[in-house]
Amino acid sequence: MTIQFNEKNCAITGIGQSPVGRKLGRSALDLTVEAALAAIADAGLKPSDIDGVATWPGANTNHPGMSPIGVFELKDALRLQLNWFSGGMEAAGQFGSIVNACAAIACGLATHVLCFRSLTESSAQTATRRASVSGSDGERVSGLGQWAVPFKAFSASIWTAQFAQRHFHEYGTTREQLGWIAVNQRRNAALNPKAVFRDPITIDDYLNARMIATPLCLLDCDVPVDAATVVIVSRMDAAKDLRKKPIRIESIGCAHHGRFSWDQHDDLTTQQALRDAAQMMWARTDLKPKDVDVAELYDGFSFICLNWLEELGFCGLGESGAFVEGGTRIALDGELPLNTHGGQLSAGRTHGFGFVHEACTQLWGEGDARQVKNNPQVAVAAAGGGVFGTSLLLTTD
Amino acid sequence: MGAAKDAGSIIHDPLLKADNILIRGADVQALPLPLPEITEDNRHFWTGGAEGKLQFQYCPQCDYYLHPPGPVCPKCYQRSLVVKAVSGKATLLTFSLNYQPWMPGLEVPYAVGIVEMAEQKGLRLTTNIVNCELDKIQIGMPVQVVFQQADDVYLPLFEPVRG
Repeated sequence: MTIQFNEKNCAITGIGQSPVGRKLGRSALDLTVEAALAAIADAGLKPSDIDGVATWPGANTNHPGMSPIGVFELKDALRLQLNWFSGGMEAAGQFGSIVNACAAIACGLATHVLCFRSLTESSAQTATRRASVSGSDGERVSGLGQWAVPFKAFSASIWTAQFAQRHFHEYGTTREQLGWIAVNQRRNAALNPKAVFRDPITIDDYLNARMIATPLCLLDCDVPVDAATVVIVSRMDAAKDLRKKPIRIESIGCAHHGRFSWDQHDDLTTQQALRDAAQMMWARTDLKPKDVDVAELYDGFSFICLNWLEELGFCGLGESGAFVEGGTRIALDGELPLNTHGGQLSAGRTHGFGFVHEACTQLWGEGDARQVKNNPQVAVAAAGGGVFGTSLLLTTD
Repeated sequence: MGAAKDAGSIIHDPLLKADNILIRGADVQALPLPLPEITEDNRHFWTGGAEGKLQFQYCPQCDYYLHPPGPVCPKCYQRSLVVKAVSGKATLLTFSLNYQPWMPGLEVPYAVGIVEMAEQKGLRLTTNIVNCELDKIQIGMPVQVVFQQADDVYLPLFEPVRG
């Protein structure tokens, strides 16, 4: 290659996660500090080694529990001495912090960047108030929300359902096919002691589940939790002598070329940000989809996972329904083990960071009962839906 | 009675009045349903229904309608935009029937859809499909605008083209 893609000089060196659960009754900062100290120790570093912090979407008080703390609270709690930091929503989704960390490292602004995502959405949820529902505060709606909320399109579930409906219409995808995302992930979650939902479900359970927004039912929706997840991104030369074998960031996809909108995309069967991100990621590597040993793909709604499978090239456009049907190809022992921890549907809505955490868990061979066999060496972690999307190609080579 | 069950071309849904506060007991927060904030940029869109018009910003040089509104034509970058009414005829590109009661007092089910205006490929709105039995709603069906007034806002909803 003539162009040097400098994310290849960045590596994940440690991961950490707090307990994941419903209404844990702990503060967001408490959970975040637990995950941060675990990740720093996992990398074999000390808090004083951390010279960068990044988070998405930054501290946000507008949506209860959605992002209760930002860079500054964590920095102060750990007395971090930072050369660089970044927090905020205007990035390519949940992995925007990791993209920013790589950019900062590649530019020499930091050496070990702590990236985190913390939520207390479960504790914040009440009978009348959920972080994921827009327009419930009685205020008039402005900005992008005004084009959806006055039409009672309060939630991303409705926006995503419309993409699914169009996909079903154009390609003949069925609920019987889509349901295998939920069934397969529950099967994986049964092997994950931290998963929120671990009781097995069948396709019949799925088909009989309460409808939320056609064609999506309750089992197509992820489950809000309280949790904090941390990954440490390090400069490769500073990563080599740490506790674990570094997981190199082979390539990043974070492009967004389409309209910033949930209803103005050219192709309503998919989500534009995912397509742009996936194409960018593959353009920055010699690896191909067939080289991927394990895929951890965002499933805030199960249908988004179908979109990622197609856009990342694991199957053709419109073929994801058949690809997942029967749940064998995507099983732990299948050709593309998918969402091996249970995904957000069963393991909890850690909001993207659960996928990169699990990809590293698998690449380090730490998956215990759910470990993919034959020493996986290449993983994709992808996060985001709608207008947000980032994919990461990770390798232990 | 929910919007989707009403007859007639102008629908008055009491739930959509911003001053209609729903009380469901002391432990439940009172919730008006949300309306858009009217600004100089969007007034033509949200209030055109008072005259029965669905209006968009339009660039005469490019023969191009903009949505959402903005201060510049994204094709030629000229700033000489005008407001222009469209026919109100559209095609339903996709939809979802919402069954989830997202907030107290919200009547379900109802239909959310994305329609594409007849005047221009890609000129799209998220809206509600009304005056139609929910199980009759189909992708590709021709629809036409109908306005629902709530305070100073005229929400452009869509119903099946009759006849």
